Amino acid sequence: MVQKLDTLEETPSQTAGPYVHIGCIPTFAGVEGVYPEDLGKRAIEDGAKGEVITITGSVFDGTGWALRDAMMESWQPDAAGKFPGQKGADPKVNGFCRFAADGETGEFTLKTVKPGKVPYREGGHQAPHIALWITARGINTGLQTRIYFEDEDNEGDPLLSRIEQQHRRDTLIAKKTGEGQYRFDIRLQGEGETVFLDL
Amino acid sequence: MTDLGTLIPRNREIHPPAYDVGYKTSVVRSPTQPLLSMESTLTEETGPMFGHSLLGPLDNNLILNYTQGRAPAVGERILVHGRVLDENNRPQKGVLVEAWQANAGGRYRHKKDGYLAPLDPNFGGCGRALTDENGYYEFLTIRPGAYPWPNRGNDWRPMHIHFSIFGTGFGQRLISQMYFEGDPLIRNCPIAATIKNRSHLDRLVAPLDMSKSRPLDHLAYKFDIVLRGRRQTMFENKMEGM
Ligand SMILES: [Fe+2]
Repeated sequence: MVQKLDTLEETPSQTAGPYVHIGCIPTFAGVEGVYPEDLGKRAIEDGAKGEVITITGSVFDGTGWALRDAMMESWQPDAAGKFPGQKGADPKVNGFCRFAADGETGEFTLKTVKPGKVPYREGGHQAPHIALWITARGINTGLQTRIYFEDEDNEGDPLLSRIEQQHRRDTLIAKKTGEGQYRFDIRLQGEGETVFLDL
Repeated sequence: MTDLGTLIPRNREIHPPAYDVGYKTSVVRSPTQPLLSMESTLTEETGPMFGHSLLGPLDNNLILNYTQGRAPAVGERILVHGRVLDENNRPQKGVLVEAWQANAGGRYRHKKDGYLAPLDPNFGGCGRALTDENGYYEFLTIRPGAYPWPNRGNDWRPMHIHFSIFGTGFGQRLISQMYFEGDPLIRNCPIAATIKNRSHLDRLVAPLDMSKSRPLDHLAYKFDIVLRGRRQTMFENKMEGM
């Protein structure tokens, strides 16, 4: 027998199931009175610096149906590219938000500030982006992806530049639909499948 | 947030594959293209942290939190407890653990759950806790019932509690389920079976823990959780200290 490592293995994932809302956003699910309000209700507070934006979209399955039960989380820095907890970060930016697909329409909305670019190793930077984590019944391990913006300079972003096919890269880029309005649809499978991440 | 460092890449072998024909909903919700793998960046290495001001005194007591202490939920009283560690065997301090579950009859308080078992007027089904200095958490709850679900002709979920765990980095985010030692339904469950290796599935099965059981009050089950760790080399540590 070789020597034994003293490291542990990560706990295996299981699907969040159809009732993820009870655990993560109980008030939204109608389980009222346990917590004063749902965690991650707002990505920003009033007075957050930067451009306030709204991102709307849906999560589509392989048949083109918009999921009604998806629950998502976002994480991002403030308008200057500082994450909450980092020195000098905007105290009005929570950075974290939880939101669900609408039970009738399957649409979700994220209201936040446009994030700044983030430093990357050796003096480089990452283009402005929001990390997104998607859970739902039928998703066995939460799916990581990112929202970039079509009206930002995405050249040289270390993640986007790893994607060879332009049309696949485009799946990570939110389309501007109006002043401060963006559209970002997620396709779990098949034509136009979103690039999902492992990082 | 203070605990920066590159995350150890996920060992995807221990996690269930996205596509599993036995779990029908996964068939149209599973990406077919490979994931884009890359070393973690600041985006994944940082994450939201939650303080004790978030928590109410009954947040980790699912027996009482729905009625805010007025009346207890029906069911077999149990304590579910354990530690949150990372792959380097370091306790994860002050991280948020959320739990949700069906009531003792196997029914969720959710408009999409139409199972004929009745709702318990005193049971909401969610709770949360922050780990202490040693990464320790506990929930007082009732043993959830098994329940049928639409999949194959007659599929039943074993008794289980859903867990959502935050680390210190968004890339550590994890949702899983805890099962109960000795439940024969585990071996028939298509969701449990999405984990292909029985030894990996066993990591989700909490043993009865009589050392934490309280006489004339509750049984106890122990459920330890391991999140992704951060890569640390002696070289990098020295560089940071310079
Ligand atoms: Fe469940």
